[in-house]
Amino acid sequence: MITSHSLPGPDNVTRVALPNGINILVRPNFNSPTVTLNGYLHVGSLFDSEEKLGLADFATTSLMRGTETRSFEQIYDALETVGAHLGIASGTHTTGFSSRALVEDLGLVLELLSDCLRNPIFPPDEVERLRTQLLTGLALRAQDTGDMSSMAFDKLIFGEHPYARPDDGYPETIKTITRADLVEFHRRCFGPKEMTIAVVGAVDPTTAIEQINAVLGNWNNPQQASLPPLPEVRQLSRTVRQHIALQGKSQTDLIVGVLGPTRLAPEYLAASLGNSVLGQFGMMGRIGEVVREQSGLAYYASSSLSAGIGPGTWDVSAGVNPANLKKALELIIVELRRFVEKGVTNEELQDSQDNFVGRLPLSLESNAGVANALINIERHNLGLDYYQNYEKQVRAITPEMVLAAARKYLKPDALAIATSGPDQ
Amino acid sequence: MTDWNVVSLENGFKILLKEIHTAPLISQWVWYRVGSKDESTGQTGISHWVEHMQFKGTPQFPASVLDKAISREGGQWNAFTFLDWTTYYETMPSSKIDLALRLEADRMVNSKFTPEEVESERTVIISEREGSENEPLFLLSETMQQAAFRVHPYHHEVIGDMADLHAITRDQLFHHYQTYYQPNNAVLALAGDFNADDILARIRELYTAIPAGPKPPRLQRPEPEQPGEVRLTVEGPGETAFLQISYRAPKANDPNFHAMAVLDSLLSGPSNLNMFGGGGISNKTSRLYRAIVDKELAVSVNGGSSATIDPFMYTIMLTGHPTSHLDKALSAVDDEIARLQNEIVSQNEVARAIKQARAMFAFGVENITNQAFWLGYAEMFANYDWFTNYLENLSKVTPEDVLRVAQTYFQSRNRVVGTYSPTGEQE
Repeated sequence: MITSHSLPGPDNVTRVALPNGINILVRPNFNSPTVTLNGYLHVGSLFDSEEKLGLADFATTSLMRGTETRSFEQIYDALETVGAHLGIASGTHTTGFSSRALVEDLGLVLELLSDCLRNPIFPPDEVERLRTQLLTGLALRAQDTGDMSSMAFDKLIFGEHPYARPDDGYPETIKTITRADLVEFHRRCFGPKEMTIAVVGAVDPTTAIEQINAVLGNWNNPQQASLPPLPEVRQLSRTVRQHIALQGKSQTDLIVGVLGPTRLAPEYLAASLGNSVLGQFGMMGRIGEVVREQSGLAYYASSSLSAGIGPGTWDVSAGVNPANLKKALELIIVELRRFVEKGVTNEELQDSQDNFVGRLPLSLESNAGVANALINIERHNLGLDYYQNYEKQVRAITPEMVLAAARKYLKPDALAIATSGPDQ
Repeated sequence: MTDWNVVSLENGFKILLKEIHTAPLISQWVWYRVGSKDESTGQTGISHWVEHMQFKGTPQFPASVLDKAISREGGQWNAFTFLDWTTYYETMPSSKIDLALRLEADRMVNSKFTPEEVESERTVIISEREGSENEPLFLLSETMQQAAFRVHPYHHEVIGDMADLHAITRDQLFHHYQTYYQPNNAVLALAGDFNADDILARIRELYTAIPAGPKPPRLQRPEPEQPGEVRLTVEGPGETAFLQISYRAPKANDPNFHAMAVLDSLLSGPSNLNMFGGGGISNKTSRLYRAIVDKELAVSVNGGSSATIDPFMYTIMLTGHPTSHLDKALSAVDDEIARLQNEIVSQNEVARAIKQARAMFAFGVENITNQAFWLGYAEMFANYDWFTNYLENLSKVTPEDVLRVAQTYFQSRNRVVGTYSPTGEQE
């Protein structure tokens, strides 16, 4: 029997491809009168030149600022009047969109989504207003110790690779982008090729697919560009360090880490479980235990593994008093060394395996949780049965596999260390 | 499919149960009627610090065991301290809820508060405060709160003042814990995939032996009327200015609260009432957005208030525009306020605010943690009926109510206006 408890899988998710290349996944849930719609297109900052970095972000943010038939105000009036949300934002590889509405308004949000993706007119006054907002965001970013350490870290890890660049650009690049650039970017890059839409909520699949087909089925862009191939990126050969000084701040943010695996790397799941032991499980894993619980040095101290189409990063981050920065870094590096020398115990691994399996129902309870899972499946080609086979895959990981993954990626003598805060 | 009931044990412990069988999950929230408003000078931040100590273990559940036990089952847990309350929650697969039930009953009375753990947590909390101090908006809002409440203990931030974080002792923390962590000062809210009779029997078993304590003391220091508008400036690093305007606002069970919520929707877009899930609605067609952001007097505007026991603040926050002085934005805000006080709003605008609230309530239902949150949260300032009747009460608001409430509350002598003035210093 299929119930709303069932993990998403081929028996309860409908997947179809429209002739123009749009993939649609639908999972009904009639427990509340709402619907969530998530999706993405293959448009991102990888298209951006160095001189106009932030163009994809600027263009995407402009989509809802006016179309051939609707003004900025009309678009948002339609959404806000019915209490619906629609947002479109670009990243490095993709531009994602998400919407949440009462199910009676699904047709409306699909119509608006289609109109904004296909027919934006980039009104000059709206473009300038948006430019000021983007520049203000960048000015705030320049004062945020977390953002600045994170940007410096990406630069240390990725060097000349496009992943080193912030998707939202720099003030000087945002200032050079013209309205004509935005129009041309939209014409060249936006199209339905391999676009994906997931719909989860109080709607049956046939209806949802018909509604999507009605507004997006006839979209074509024969000129739609493909993303450029990613260059190679190498691990660091020695530890490198950078500090971004921000005077007047009380706390220093630090990030220490390495180049990590891609999402489809064979070691990904072992690395992910290892990362849980290192800095996630319980109160932020071993890192939280040492830096927060035993030493009282930080309110937050944890590790994270980000992996996507290309290689991600595997890193530890924390916020500390500037006077404790040296000590915190030392403690973290000692833990990293211990991790690659001895790996994880059976018991630690089992704890994290239990956590990965046990948290699925919680992560999949809301429509948004299921929609994210469907997007994850589609984005990385994991197969519709991914979540139904997930426990088996998680349980198959051994401490030896975690140790091998740790040794392949985590190099305690070749770390990127980025910090931002007041000078000592 | 859904139903809820309330039971009180002989020791005064109040229990609210709501069966929801849409996912194999249960969310438990234990609420204590203690928050930063129960802290006197010299002990600011103590409620939040006690909350941290509640994760440091009991003889039965030592600290490291607790975290691991919950995580191992795939559960999610955390705690929050606010002006009026402190709450602890666990959302667990339904077959594993007993662990969470035992844990909360145990730490209501058995937490250790060892001197070593107190000292270690002192620096963690100082670090938490330092992280907040990195944010311009924290620096501004802390000063605003101090100016808005000279007498009432809403005067200070939940995190507490640095001087007190250095000075509070282990015995003060333990005394605070023993004073307020009593079954007769607490509420347990449970929502999810259980049988109410069975789980109630288990809760009785765990809590019956805990005796009621003396009625906890309360600081009775009502805030006097403000003698006039207060203006202030905070300086700090950066190149972006902020403007905060805070009016003293009706408390949650004031009959004017709902009209104020409609005003909030009209002025700055509806506030999202869901703590978990749902998410908010954009505010690009709100009156202030049109008058200020569209007119390029500021780059963003937000507004909102909280449901509190005593009157707190309705706050409007603006991010400065690089080429326009915030004085102009302030006078545009004043024009919009005056319009609300002089012109009656249309029935359509009120209806729109109600539809927005209805949508956000529907989004919140998707999430069991959010449903259990509301079951207990509403008890902290009113009762669960406040929540179940919310939409109905909102729909009773008339344009005349909106006019009257705008005239009553949006008085300049009832507000504090504060600016974050960036010093412009770069690295």
